[in-house]
Amino acid sequence: MLGKLTLSAIPYDVPILVGTFIGAAIAGLAVVGLITYYGKWGYLWREWLTSVDHKRIGVMYIVVALVALFRGFADAIMMRSQLALAYAGNPGYLPPHHYDQIFSAHGTIMIFFMAVAFMQGLMNIVVPLQIGARDVAFPFVNTLSFWMTTISFLLVNVSLFIGEFSQCGWLAYPPLSEQQFSPGVGVDYYIWAVQLSGVGTLLTGVNFFATIVKMRAPGMTYMRMPVFTWTIFCTTVLIMVAFPILTVAMGLLGLDRYLGMHFFTNDGGGNQMLYLSVIWGWGHPEVYILVLPAFGAFSEITQTFSRKPLFGYKTMVYATASIMVLSLVVWVHHFFTMGAGPNVNAFFGIMTMIIAVPTGVKIFNWLFTMYKGRIDFHATMYWVIGFMITFSIGGMTGVMLAIPASDFVLHNSLFVIAHFHNVIIGGVYFGYVAAMNFWFPKAFGFKLNEAWGKRAFWFWFVGFYVAFMPLYVLGFEGMTRRMNHYDNPEWHPWLLIAEVGAVLIACGIVCQLTQLYVSIRDRNLAENRDLTGDPWNARTLEWSTSSPPPFYNFAILPEVHELDAFAHDKEAGIDTRQAGGNYQPIHMPKNTACGFLIGAFSFVMGFGAIWYIWWLAAVGLIGVIATVIARSSDNDVDYYVPVSEVARIEQEHTHNLMAAQAAE
Amino acid sequence: MGDHISSSGESHGSVGSYLTGFVLAVILTVASFGLVMSHAMSPAGTGGAIALLAVVQIVVHLIYFLHMNGSSEQRWNVMAFVFTVLSVLVLVAGTMFIMHDTAINMMSR
Repeated sequence: MLGKLTLSAIPYDVPILVGTFIGAAIAGLAVVGLITYYGKWGYLWREWLTSVDHKRIGVMYIVVALVALFRGFADAIMMRSQLALAYAGNPGYLPPHHYDQIFSAHGTIMIFFMAVAFMQGLMNIVVPLQIGARDVAFPFVNTLSFWMTTISFLLVNVSLFIGEFSQCGWLAYPPLSEQQFSPGVGVDYYIWAVQLSGVGTLLTGVNFFATIVKMRAPGMTYMRMPVFTWTIFCTTVLIMVAFPILTVAMGLLGLDRYLGMHFFTNDGGGNQMLYLSVIWGWGHPEVYILVLPAFGAFSEITQTFSRKPLFGYKTMVYATASIMVLSLVVWVHHFFTMGAGPNVNAFFGIMTMIIAVPTGVKIFNWLFTMYKGRIDFHATMYWVIGFMITFSIGGMTGVMLAIPASDFVLHNSLFVIAHFHNVIIGGVYFGYVAAMNFWFPKAFGFKLNEAWGKRAFWFWFVGFYVAFMPLYVLGFEGMTRRMNHYDNPEWHPWLLIAEVGAVLIACGIVCQLTQLYVSIRDRNLAENRDLTGDPWNARTLEWSTSSPPPFYNFAILPEVHELDAFAHDKEAGIDTRQAGGNYQPIHMPKNTACGFLIGAFSFVMGFGAIWYIWWLAAVGLIGVIATVIARSSDNDVDYYVPVSEVARIEQEHTHNLMAAQAAE
Repeated sequence: MGDHISSSGESHGSVGSYLTGFVLAVILTVASFGLVMSHAMSPAGTGGAIALLAVVQIVVHLIYFLHMNGSSEQRWNVMAFVFTVLSVLVLVAGTMFIMHDTAINMMSR
């Protein structure tokens, strides 16, 4: 009846988990209580959870990403604390079984649910506005993508309190992840969470690719597309190429575990080395899927706060496209030591070094954009400059690792950990935070507090170096990754320093939370409100509409005459909004609960399959299929916004604009 | 409402073309099963033949069910398809290159 699920699966004898559960339960109850107290359930359901508005979906993605950041960071600081303690006979406070789950969960969560969710949030908020569209190509698919990601993250968190999580690292290499060595449900939680969230990400890729190809404003040719849209375009292509590979890899591993097949087992003709090749065929494009949007955000921010157009727009586009193609032919550098000969390793090593060239081109483009610009050292710009320094260092250590001979020394050591955190924190995370600071006023109509933003930056920036530079040293000293305890006295001081770095990063996160709190508290102060919709004097179309934009984005679709359409219009004195113009009824999609329902049923299906509760999995699957059929046969999915409503909303914004001009 | 769904001119096929596609797909599927169940060829030959039939199957689906052709409305689909083929080739050929080399060095075969 309940499959593998018994009372012993609840870890009530592990104090850390019981404490976490109590904390999570109190926080959850507090949120539920507050929503009930203020009577906001209906509002939440109608306006957010069932919304197909890309801006709201984007905000929800970023909320999920921030929650995932806390969870992932909690794992990180626990690992650092364990290694600061577990020295010379002291076992530390985390037994290997628990510690292995923590590092696996840390990687899984940070990549799939922090970074990927954050990226999807940003592209949701920005891309349709930036290309002058009213929504994405498939609004319903968009809410479905969001819910698939969210329920997968929920599944990972359920594993904290019911059963266990994978202990096989963030990519679950076989044969360790096979039934023989991991008989528990941990790997199944991993497989289902990754598989279901992969559906969401793949659909987002298709959706935004179609949106960018089909829905650009009149006059916006490819070479007039903003750089951020270009990077998202290349990212969606990579998503469509790479995520099916992940699905296949997870599918085959799942077949091994559930149906006793032998794709990656030791016996029966299996070959675990093939798994490495397949999973990294996805895994390497994945890191470019994450970092390209960050590059796009840096481009927009640098040109805006340097008060001049981006240096080398075309080279930026070509560099992005080259990275897109090259990222598909470098994956072996993750397993140079697996046993391939010099032919294979040399080829992939050289390709890896080549990919540093377009990335270097980008760095120079940003530097030359700043050169002789009138740089406004806004908090957002701090993240950009911090990124350029940090990412360059991370890129150089990456080229070191691209040399197969030196990779044989450094493979699987903490040097690798230091390298990829150097590029993921310094590149991806700094980029997303910069983007969040930059586009926050667009999404909410008020700016984020700058002082707290700068404090957050300094803690993150210094904290990063204190936490990860020691890991480079430890890598050279031979410390391997995923180690639970050690007895080498030379390592201990470096791990203590790294612990201090983790604490500094924790302060950075506290500053970011404070920044959000202070900004929301002071949102109505005149200097924080964004009445014009263009708080930074920026260059692209999203800033031509109000902040937050009306749900239809543009009353009249903007006409694009040049690259940086909005900057051009401002210089030429053209009213991009065409306020008071000839409004037409606007065709919009209706909100729908189907995305939420498919997500909920998928969760049920995943949970049932993880615990071998087959009737429950069947209920979930039938629910998914039934919802899809119901949705497909529903023709009442859209409506027209009447002209009077459009005119009223636009009038209001025009009043705001005039009030803002009068105040100046 | 419901009349807005598509008027952009792409062909959605006819009953005849769907039937042609269906019959071709069935023939190809039955042929694959037949090859395996009749043991008509050597194991390696069977593998190659099935792979070939599968590729033909993909092409049949693309033409008859996904309506891909060389017309101008289909330019984006064809471009996307070419890119897909390219990536699949990179991955398949790359994986074979890697696994072949590894198998020799590691004596895994």
